[in-house]
Amino acid sequence: MNNDALEQQALRQASAGQGLALHLEALHKAYGSRPVLERLDLQIEPGEFVAIVGRSGCGKSTLLRLIAGLEIPSAGSVRVGGRSGPGAHPGLRFMFQDPRLLPWRRVLANVALGLSPAERPRAQEVLAQVGLAERAGEWPAALSGGQRQRVALARALVHEPAALLLDEPLGALDALTRIEMQQLIEDLWRRRGFTAVLVTHDVAEAVALADRVILIEAGRITLDERVNLPRPRHRGSPAFAALEEHILNRVLQRPGSAPQEEDPHPAAALDLDALRWAV
Amino acid sequence: MTLKTSLLRQLAPWSLPILLLAFWQAASSFGWLSTRILPSPWAVVAAFIALSASGELWQHVQVSTLRALSGFVIGGGLGLLLGLLTGALKTAETLLDSTLQMIRNIPPLALIPLVILWFGIDEEAKLFLVSLGVFFPIYINTFHGIRAIDKGLIEMGKSYGLSAGGLYREIILPGALPSILVGVRFSLGFMWVILIVAETISAQSGIGYMTMNAREFLQTDVVLLGILLYALLGKLADVLAKGLERVSLRWHPSYQNSH
Repeated sequence: MNNDALEQQALRQASAGQGLALHLEALHKAYGSRPVLERLDLQIEPGEFVAIVGRSGCGKSTLLRLIAGLEIPSAGSVRVGGRSGPGAHPGLRFMFQDPRLLPWRRVLANVALGLSPAERPRAQEVLAQVGLAERAGEWPAALSGGQRQRVALARALVHEPAALLLDEPLGALDALTRIEMQQLIEDLWRRRGFTAVLVTHDVAEAVALADRVILIEAGRITLDERVNLPRPRHRGSPAFAALEEHILNRVLQRPGSAPQEEDPHPAAALDLDALRWAV
Repeated sequence: MTLKTSLLRQLAPWSLPILLLAFWQAASSFGWLSTRILPSPWAVVAAFIALSASGELWQHVQVSTLRALSGFVIGGGLGLLLGLLTGALKTAETLLDSTLQMIRNIPPLALIPLVILWFGIDEEAKLFLVSLGVFFPIYINTFHGIRAIDKGLIEMGKSYGLSAGGLYREIILPGALPSILVGVRFSLGFMWVILIVAETISAQSGIGYMTMNAREFLQTDVVLLGILLYALLGKLADVLAKGLERVSLRWHPSYQNSH
């Protein structure tokens, strides 16, 4: 038990700051006789930001839960940082669709969940990084939906994860809060260098954040698109819009245009009209 | 003006009891009501003063309270323990739950003849009955409290590296607490009911003994005093349980406007 904790800490320190590589090989998952994922191969480089898009029920959340060790594959293997096997890699953190804060713990105690007493001071620091330092002493019930999700983000980041898995964490937020949260996630990812895998059904969100956008249809990867736009990305730019349109058309299975060359002069202003929601 | 109306609003619920009390006192004073049926309120007050001055009253109250509390601790503690066990472990549920559900359907008071055969009319008999009575409300509410915990929170706790002990301390116990406290309030009410019956049937001391003794001598004022004492102690237990709820459920949205 104690050894286990020490090992976990060592693993966490070894992988901190550089991100974990993820290798999925011939991954297969079925519930009863219904297959959800079929012989899926995917390689994610350390520190890479990958977005997974697809219609609801395509298996994208299942894929994320398999990487996190929350589900057991029916066949094939998941290797996180070269390690496979039952249970989650200690350097990996999962951010759920709903915040899943403990209503009976104050905000700061929620962030510090699972930390050893020596690590606890870090919770206040990370809470400040997500802009909620002054709400530390409140109950989660007193926060708005966006603030709760920010607390959940702080709770995931306080462990200094080498890989962060995000399962549509912004799905329930309003458009403006979403953009704020996207910028916050991108900012923290660039500063810390962890590997990020984001499941979303918002194609604009995927294009805004990810190095690679992967489309899953009927349990298979049917598109693996690199996003070569410079960061910070501007949603109003023609290159952004074209890439978004291209992926969206592919998701909706409409005949569409190929992505155009990057625009050398991206529009500076954030154009809300350019936001598009898929599905 | 507003002060006056708020004062009136606070006094309004008391107006009916006060009116009834005044009517009752008048009925006894003018001889409309025989003291053998119902003593006057003033006679009850006088009995209270006399018995508490001699110390007899406090001795009986102390004995009854001690019985109630020790039964509550034994029965409630066992209920909590077994509820935590069956709520968290599937095997414990399969082994124990259906047996306990069968026993639950026996009213504890139906066991009185058997209990007298087993324990005689000593302390053990009352302790057994009270423990049995408080056991089930706490057991059932603990069990359901644990079952009703959001599975997502437990999944989150596991994936955030909580140990089994940490999971219990951070998620399962606080999550089940609102339900457990409902069980505590139920069992506190039940505790007094069972104790009253047990003390009335067989006892050498306690409030029940005091009232049964007074009945033999037709001291209706003492009988009534005993009844009022039970009501008061029951109310006191409920107020304490409510206070406990308020303190330990501060996080709960329904308690947040009242701090």
